[in-house]
Amino acid sequence: MILLDRVSKTYNRRGVALERISLHVEPKEFVIIVGPSGAGKSTLFKLLTREEKPSSGKIIVGGMDYEHLKDRDVPLLRRKIGVVFQDFKLLNNKTVFENVAFALEIAGISNNEIKHTVPKVLEIVGLKDKANNYPQELSGGERQRVAIARAIVRQPKILIADEPTGNLDPKHAWDVISVLEKVNRFGTTVLLTTHNMEIVDKLKRRVVTIEGGQIVSDKAQGKYRNQ
Amino acid sequence: MSYSRKMITGERIVKNGFINFWRNIWLSVAAIAMMLITLTILLFAVIANATFGHTISDITSHIDVSVYLKDSVTDAQRSQLIQKLYNIDNVKSVTYLNKTQALKNYEADNANNPDLLSAISQTDNPLPASLNIKPKDPNQLQSLKDFLDRPEITAMQSDPTSYSGDRKAAIDKITSATHFFQQAGVAGIIVFIFISMLIIFNTIRMAIFNRRDELIIMRLLGASTGFIRGPFIVETMLYGLVAALLSLGAVAALFAVASQTLQASSLGLLDINYSNNYFRNRLWQILTIQILAGIIIGAVSSLIATRRYLKHHR
Repeated sequence: MILLDRVSKTYNRRGVALERISLHVEPKEFVIIVGPSGAGKSTLFKLLTREEKPSSGKIIVGGMDYEHLKDRDVPLLRRKIGVVFQDFKLLNNKTVFENVAFALEIAGISNNEIKHTVPKVLEIVGLKDKANNYPQELSGGERQRVAIARAIVRQPKILIADEPTGNLDPKHAWDVISVLEKVNRFGTTVLLTTHNMEIVDKLKRRVVTIEGGQIVSDKAQGKYRNQ
Repeated sequence: MSYSRKMITGERIVKNGFINFWRNIWLSVAAIAMMLITLTILLFAVIANATFGHTISDITSHIDVSVYLKDSVTDAQRSQLIQKLYNIDNVKSVTYLNKTQALKNYEADNANNPDLLSAISQTDNPLPASLNIKPKDPNQLQSLKDFLDRPEITAMQSDPTSYSGDRKAAIDKITSATHFFQQAGVAGIIVFIFISMLIIFNTIRMAIFNRRDELIIMRLLGASTGFIRGPFIVETMLYGLVAALLSLGAVAALFAVASQTLQASSLGLLDINYSNNYFRNRLWQILTIQILAGIIIGAVSSLIATRRYLKHHR
């Protein structure tokens, strides 16, 4: 469960990024967050992964109140939230297998378990036969699926996908989205931001629209800017 | 985190440290070279300090006063004189050397010089018997001198009293030189430790800069501070370890190859054999100190370097 209660974020230089945002996401929900660039979507995600602290308001994720979160607990929090970025953020000197394994190494998982788990996750994202390839040898869509595999390999309760299709052509974009739907079916809460109107409209999921740092609409089975 | 997870994480930190070490091999070499110089200076300072100390105590223990006795002095007079000498506070010991022994010593000293040996013989022994007085404190000879200068005592002497006065001046010089070297050594060590820490600090900052993408990803994937920082610290501790071993090897090689040259260049003031033995006998102690110093210098500088980075990249 994700709960944001009147959360504001003000930057010293850029001014107000989010203003009194309140949002409630149930477990296993699939929520699409839309809005123009600079509306505050990325800030919202940074608050959830604790890259930023809110200026005011309350954030509770999976029963953890961020107000009482100590700096040394932040890594543990991040291990419970999977993150996928527009620019993939893969390590180019590591193979697909090693990139996914990296997330488990960080968490102190044994090598045996890594050998056992990683192929399974690569199978979920449809990249089992690319395990020994390097990211440069893959298409954008494949790279993003590696990133998703890395994000879900620790079986997080929440997966945050920040513009995962932003750099992809339509076919590959749909590959990525269908993997996200699959992950969601397995029981992971998915938060997705996208500028792709077609994806938003076809998914028929809950759509939260943010503009100027505020939530301007929140509709089940919503459409792109359909207020 | 469970115990086994901690073990696994610790293992990975060490492994990644080794990988970093090889991946930045040229940066590593530069940092090690600097550390090598620092540790070698430290080692030299320790050995030099011990050698100076040894030289001083060695020379000091050789300071003595020789009273040469006329052949006419009787056994009774001599015993009385010895007794009186022992009454003086600063006298540690008095040894009597009779004429025969004096001649033997002379012959032994000049065994390689037949001309000098032929000049004297057993039958016509010109060497006087002597009393060899060792003072407790070679700097406080005045009371002894006063006693020996009394007319009734000088009457018994065949030759003027021999003080190792010239040696005393040399000792004073060495003592003050030692003092200077100690201070210069400490200052030098501090300066070099500072420089090597700066270089290691910058090495780690460059390594961090080279790997910033990876570090950001590690952060986002929930790597703990220790997991990110650990490998850098392992890497710099390796610098210290390698530098300590190299430093010890270099000094050992120097002693092995250049002992003679060193002895000659020290103008006979220092006992290089003593330095050599000091080094050899304390090899393990010295190695331990070197390794500890290297590891501490490395760890402290990388701790500072990574702390700055991690503070700004949560």
